[in-house]
Amino acid sequence: MKKLLFVLLLTLSLQAAAQDEKYQVTEGDYTNQRVEMADTMRQSGKIYVVVAVVMTIFAGMVIYLVRLDKKVTKLEDELTEAKQD
Amino acid sequence: MFSIKKSWWKILGVLLTAYALLGGLLMEVPRLAILNETIRNLYYHVTMWFGMIILLTGSLVYSLRYLSSKNEHFDIRAEAYAKAGCLFGVLGIVTGMVWARYTWGEFWSGDPKQNASAIALLIYFAYFILRSSFEDPQQRSRISAVYNIFAYFAMIPLLFILPRLTDSMHPGNGGNPGFNYFDLDGKLRMIFYPAIIGWTLMGVWFASIKIRIQDIRLTQDL
Repeated sequence: MKKLLFVLLLTLSLQAAAQDEKYQVTEGDYTNQRVEMADTMRQSGKIYVVVAVVMTIFAGMVIYLVRLDKKVTKLEDELTEAKQD
Repeated sequence: MFSIKKSWWKILGVLLTAYALLGGLLMEVPRLAILNETIRNLYYHVTMWFGMIILLTGSLVYSLRYLSSKNEHFDIRAEAYAKAGCLFGVLGIVTGMVWARYTWGEFWSGDPKQNASAIALLIYFAYFILRSSFEDPQQRSRISAVYNIFAYFAMIPLLFILPRLTDSMHPGNGGNPGFNYFDLDGKLRMIFYPAIIGWTLMGVWFASIKIRIQDIRLTQDL
């Protein structure tokens, strides 16, 4: 346990040593208009098309994963039943 | 049978990942030069690496538990978590290359973090090759568990120490505009942290299906 704590503190001190280069995000970084962003895409609302596509793909993958998961569960159940018989 | 007690973490993983995918595209982000909208890759690309580290840590723990107990089921878990972790690692490196093409100009520009993460992944690929090269299951489990521990501790300096000794072109390094992973802006954090948890849980789910199949094989002597 002591060793683990030592490693943890060592990792934290590495973090502290590396902190001098960090960049602080300010309010101005949110409001400036100098930096070009995808504002037009957002104004026309077309970003939602992309969001819909991304969510559809993700939903499809989750459904696939759930079905695969169920198949394994069924197999496990069948095996425990076979053992009991 | 489906039970909420057993599956709550899968549901949580799906919900958090969906929230991160949605929020990552829709929420306001800081307008920073060079990065522009690609700062949103924090929610996708960077989370892959965090997920990979967590999954590989799980793999390490199971390798250690295997060595102390010689229980084959732990070896199965170590392999499954290493595979899920490497899937995230490969996705991290590929998405990084796409981003680098449009930000640094080249798919691969020999950035210290790019090189080091490629080496770390190669070390892990060797783990899978090593596993497949044994006939005797006990020998395979034992030697690959030892190698897995080596791989993990080779990865730590490659990802966390060596790139920091030189200037990386990554955002937040060497005076580049960006973000420090541990000092993120509050609005970025609102999506970034849930994204890490969500994707990690998805990775655990991927691994769990593989584990359950392998467990069946082991108990059925297949």
